[in-house]
Amino acid sequence: MRLKRAKTKRLLLSSDLDVGFSLVALAPFFAAALAPLLFRFTQGYTGWLLAIIPASIFIYLLSFVEAMADKQLISAGFDWIPAYGLRFSFFIDGLSLTFALLISGIGTFIILYSGAYLKGHPHQGRFLAFMMMFMGSMLGLVLADGLITLFVFWELTAITSFLLIGFDHVRQASRRAAIQALVITGGGGLFLLAGLLLLHQMTDLWELSSIFEYGPAIREQAIYPVLLGLILIGAFTKSAQFPFHFWLPNAMEAPTPVSAYLHSATMVKAGVYLLARFSPILGGTVEWSVVLTVVGSVTLLWGATTALRQSDLKQMLAQTTVASLGLLVVLIGIGTEKAILAAVLYLVGHAFYKGAFFMIAGGIDHATGTRDITALGGLWRTMPVTFVAAVVAAAGMAGLPLTVAFFAKEEMYAILTFKGTWGGLFLANLSLVIVMVLGNAMMMAVGLAILFKAFFGEIKPTPLKPHEGSFSLWAGALVLGVFSVWAGTQLGYFSQNILEPAASSIYNFEVESKLYYAFKMLTTTPFIISALTWVLGVFIYLNIDAIRTWLREFARDLGWSFDAGFDWLMFGLIGFSDRITRLWHHGRLELYLVVVFVAFAAALLIPMWGTFALPAMSDVKTMTFYEWAVFVIAMIGLVAVVVAKTRLMAIVSLGIQGFAVAMFFILFGAPDLGFTQFMVETLTVVILALVMTRLHLDQRDSRMPLDLLRDGGLALVSGVGVTLLMITILQTPLDLRLSELFAQTSVPLAHGSNIVNVILVDYRGLDTLGEIAVVMTTGVAILALIRIRGGGPQTGVGAKKPQRGKSRAKKKTAASRQAKTSRRASAAKASA
Amino acid sequence: METSHNLSDSPGELPAAMLETATAAGDWILILPVIIALMAGALLLVLRHSRGYQSGFAILAVLAIIIVEIDLFWRVLETGPLAMTMGNWLPPFGITFVADLMGAGFALAASVVTLVVLVFFQAEIVPREQRHGFYPLVLLLLAGVTGAFLTGDLFNLYVWFEVMLISSFGLMIIGGRKIQLDGAVKYGFLNFLATTFFLVGLGYIYGLTGTLNMADISLVVPAADAGAMTAIAALFLLAFGMKAAAFPVNAWLPASYHTPDAAVSALFAGLLTKVGVYALLRIMIALLPASRDILDPVLTAIAVSTLLIAPLGALAQTNLRRALGFLVIGGIGAVFAGMALPTIVGVAGAIFYAFHSILTMSALYLVAGLIERVTQATDTRHMGGVYAASSPISIMFLILIFGAAGLPPFLGFWPKLLLAQGAIENSDWLILFAVLANSILTSIAGTRLWAHIFWRPGREGKFSEQKNDQLRRLSPLEKWAAQGSAIALVGIIVLVGLFPNLVFTSAGISAQDLLSTQRYIDAVGIEVTP
Repeated sequence: MRLKRAKTKRLLLSSDLDVGFSLVALAPFFAAALAPLLFRFTQGYTGWLLAIIPASIFIYLLSFVEAMADKQLISAGFDWIPAYGLRFSFFIDGLSLTFALLISGIGTFIILYSGAYLKGHPHQGRFLAFMMMFMGSMLGLVLADGLITLFVFWELTAITSFLLIGFDHVRQASRRAAIQALVITGGGGLFLLAGLLLLHQMTDLWELSSIFEYGPAIREQAIYPVLLGLILIGAFTKSAQFPFHFWLPNAMEAPTPVSAYLHSATMVKAGVYLLARFSPILGGTVEWSVVLTVVGSVTLLWGATTALRQSDLKQMLAQTTVASLGLLVVLIGIGTEKAILAAVLYLVGHAFYKGAFFMIAGGIDHATGTRDITALGGLWRTMPVTFVAAVVAAAGMAGLPLTVAFFAKEEMYAILTFKGTWGGLFLANLSLVIVMVLGNAMMMAVGLAILFKAFFGEIKPTPLKPHEGSFSLWAGALVLGVFSVWAGTQLGYFSQNILEPAASSIYNFEVESKLYYAFKMLTTTPFIISALTWVLGVFIYLNIDAIRTWLREFARDLGWSFDAGFDWLMFGLIGFSDRITRLWHHGRLELYLVVVFVAFAAALLIPMWGTFALPAMSDVKTMTFYEWAVFVIAMIGLVAVVVAKTRLMAIVSLGIQGFAVAMFFILFGAPDLGFTQFMVETLTVVILALVMTRLHLDQRDSRMPLDLLRDGGLALVSGVGVTLLMITILQTPLDLRLSELFAQTSVPLAHGSNIVNVILVDYRGLDTLGEIAVVMTTGVAILALIRIRGGGPQTGVGAKKPQRGKSRAKKKTAASRQAKTSRRASAAKASA
Repeated sequence: METSHNLSDSPGELPAAMLETATAAGDWILILPVIIALMAGALLLVLRHSRGYQSGFAILAVLAIIIVEIDLFWRVLETGPLAMTMGNWLPPFGITFVADLMGAGFALAASVVTLVVLVFFQAEIVPREQRHGFYPLVLLLLAGVTGAFLTGDLFNLYVWFEVMLISSFGLMIIGGRKIQLDGAVKYGFLNFLATTFFLVGLGYIYGLTGTLNMADISLVVPAADAGAMTAIAALFLLAFGMKAAAFPVNAWLPASYHTPDAAVSALFAGLLTKVGVYALLRIMIALLPASRDILDPVLTAIAVSTLLIAPLGALAQTNLRRALGFLVIGGIGAVFAGMALPTIVGVAGAIFYAFHSILTMSALYLVAGLIERVTQATDTRHMGGVYAASSPISIMFLILIFGAAGLPPFLGFWPKLLLAQGAIENSDWLILFAVLANSILTSIAGTRLWAHIFWRPGREGKFSEQKNDQLRRLSPLEKWAAQGSAIALVGIIVLVGLFPNLVFTSAGISAQDLLSTQRYIDAVGIEVTP
């Protein structure tokens, strides 16, 4: 399917880049491979050494800022799988750059922080390796141009996150959280894969940068809703949107650096990144706006209220992260110029303050031995630097002026001034603003709670004596806080170089931001709503204890959570697996055989029934009396097998039937075959009679009447099937090309007058060689079986049974094989 | 392969029957792998009392086979399918060996796995058990498998199936534990039955077409009775479906694969089911495409049910190798999915998956063997703490389990990608769903195994959160031979996973050759008879 290419409305220039650019994503992987080794030699300094990698990536990426300010799109890559048209390709535009800078910048401090946080941990090398791998995956994800490149890194973030959440693997909760996160994000990833492949199917392109141009055409396709659904599920699972939100709080089982990095600043933003990235392709439709704003709003309120319920520092932060992600999704869903600006601002602001807060929480945990907000107090005295960082972070969380988040709020509330009348759109916007105010106020209250409860008030006794951590432990939080304020004050530089390029990438048009500080702002609608948010936030904070108690009681009364639902689903799945596996793999051979024979009969009969009339039975009349006689003998043999009183009798009766078949061979011109069959039948009976003294041949296998009916019926139906197909085939004339040629060339070319011999040793000599190998192998196998009697379990008959079953079957197949070869030979002879 | 000179020019009215010129010595590479394996197997049997030589000789023989097969693969890649008819008879009168890219590629993968397993086996020291037959049986198994991959004659295929079957049966009972006998009985009965069905189908197809040469069959089939042909195709589907362990006739695999030594089960996991899969691809796609179209709903049903039900078995099992057996089966479902999507992308996905499955499943069983040694247990409930005990085993298991689930950037992702793409191409949403759901279910099963064996510190029960005191360290021999060979195989898997272009190319060409058999027929040199 070829889609219409839209006239590009992008103002983005494009230029090519050195392949070395790929190193941005790949270097962390190489570093990861070396990390455990490095740790062996440098121990405590490993974090410092490894931090060089993200730091240099960050500096390298800064060199692109200028190009991005010109709204360029720069791509690089190399052929990966040319056979499938896949390239390992990257591109960088404003959006990618913003993310990549966040990832590498925050990553630098996180790696430093990890080194200090896990000081003395025996597996620190392993941990740092996972962190570096994650960093590489995340960088690759946000820089990927190729759809498959993107997906590979997408799933790699899920895998590394799995390893990091489960890092503290001796705790059962960690293991469970890790599996839960992988199942949800990895599973969601597969929906994404389906979506990406569908996109490829529609455009025949693998590169995002070229798919952008098909955005309008794709949105017109009938299959667009399916495509949208698949990609949204991928994004929602990754970014913990309702109802997939529950894995994120559980992921807090990971060590704090992981929570700070993966589960607040970067990985969970991958879903948001994906939405932003696909916004030019899929965005702007009613479906897009409705789904995103509704899901985002629910997530925002859900996360914010749940955050108020918590008293564990990390849990509070995790729940507000869920809420923030919801807010971002809402903003992207709204998709107006203002909303996109708000989204980018909020994204950056959130990464700063939330990353800082997590590092602060980890520092507090490290210093005091507890993370329970109710057990902490007065820390400003003992941890002054951390306190300063916390003040800045809380200011960011509240969206106070001077921080980036302040402008995020200004811009998001600006949707209310959207040029609309009192129509449905206005109402929708109004309700969205109300949701945002509520969510922001609750998040602010949580930030205030952490700041005031932990750092003010009286000093409470904690497991460890509070002390300020080492440089690495507070540097990150402080720097992020400072950045948050820096970006909030250097508006011109920040807007031009980061904000506008990123927003333009999402919006697909050039976006201009008009951020400023002025007194006239105080009277604008957004500022008034902001002020309202602050008041509401302070109010919630003041009543937080009462609200927490009330919410907890409510949750307890509810008695159900998504988390419990997940468990129920998993245990249900395991229980179901258990039942279905028992059903099909019960270990009873005779029932396995029943399944096989049912399939056999079906394979023979159903196609014949379905495709053509069953054969006419015209040949029966032409049978001579001696043919009838042999036929009757064969039937007698068969009946005798069924009714035989002892096993020996059954074997002998089978022999009768075998002899009758051999007679047929002779009657129809295949004496060699007949004689072979005679030999086999005779030997079988003789050998079995000889070993009879050691095997229990004197009893009859008893069957229950129902089994008898089932087995008999199956045998009959299978036999009918075989016969009918045989008759059908015999009604078409046999192609005698081979036989004729064998007859003509046997003497002059192969120099043998017995065609059967010539076939066996010349025309089809390789078959004979193979069969000789079979005989040899059988000998070895039998030897192996016999040896068991010396050393293996000695249960007499029980140990010998498989040998009997095997050798019988072997003989049968060998005999029938020979029968096959000779049949062709005899046909040849007959025609000769 | 060489210019044919018919004897029809010579005196008398003999029909064209033979090639006049002998096959060039260099072209013998087509039959050489089978010959080396058969001869080496026989020789080792003769030398069964010189135990010191056995392992070294077997390893050398397999190395030689690998070298020949690399050459063969390369030549086929460059010049297209190669063919050679035994005894210089003109096809279809003699037995033809044909190497197309699929056959040569599978054969190469199979012998690489065999080599790894032979090295791994050096760490098996069980003096109580007599193991005379081991090396000859492995070589004969390899001969059977390679012969099956390279033959161009349907009856000859049956012969190689027999060689394979009986040697695998022998390998399964070597050691003689009671559980092995139980597994071998189920394995034996069901597989002998499958082979018999194959034989019955062979008789029918000969009766209907008058030829056994595959290239010839593909030419004659369009004129044959479609209904009878479909019944025959269904019979083959059943026979090879049993061999490949497709649902619902797969009971023998989980019942038997965990019973012999880990090295042997690794060999089985890599080779046995794949030969069934290979035969199905050859017969369904290349020989009987019209019947395949009629049976398409059946193939889809088998694919979907196998994809969805097999990983459930892995979730339910607590015996590690039994659980892995279900993962092998799940992969068979993926191959069936490819057969139900008869476009280049779909069939290439099936071929790629089979290739991946040969390597990955063998490696998984080898790693399972290492885990069993370290934990001294076979049941995951009695395992635990391996993560802290051994980094190499942890890394390998993780790579393989994610590879089996089809997560990138591991080898298993690429065939899943092709299959998903094929399903979208054909608008077959059911198969798309099953392929992706299989990945999720396999991930769940795999990470559960991982959590129990590696992350959980102790054994299940009261002391699950305490250090596992049953762990032992690998002996130096185990470290070098067993773990080293497993690392080598996983290394190959990782490398091919990161740079899959050659496999993509080969799978694409193979699929092309299956869907349009002209190059294959030309290589065999069958003249179209009116």
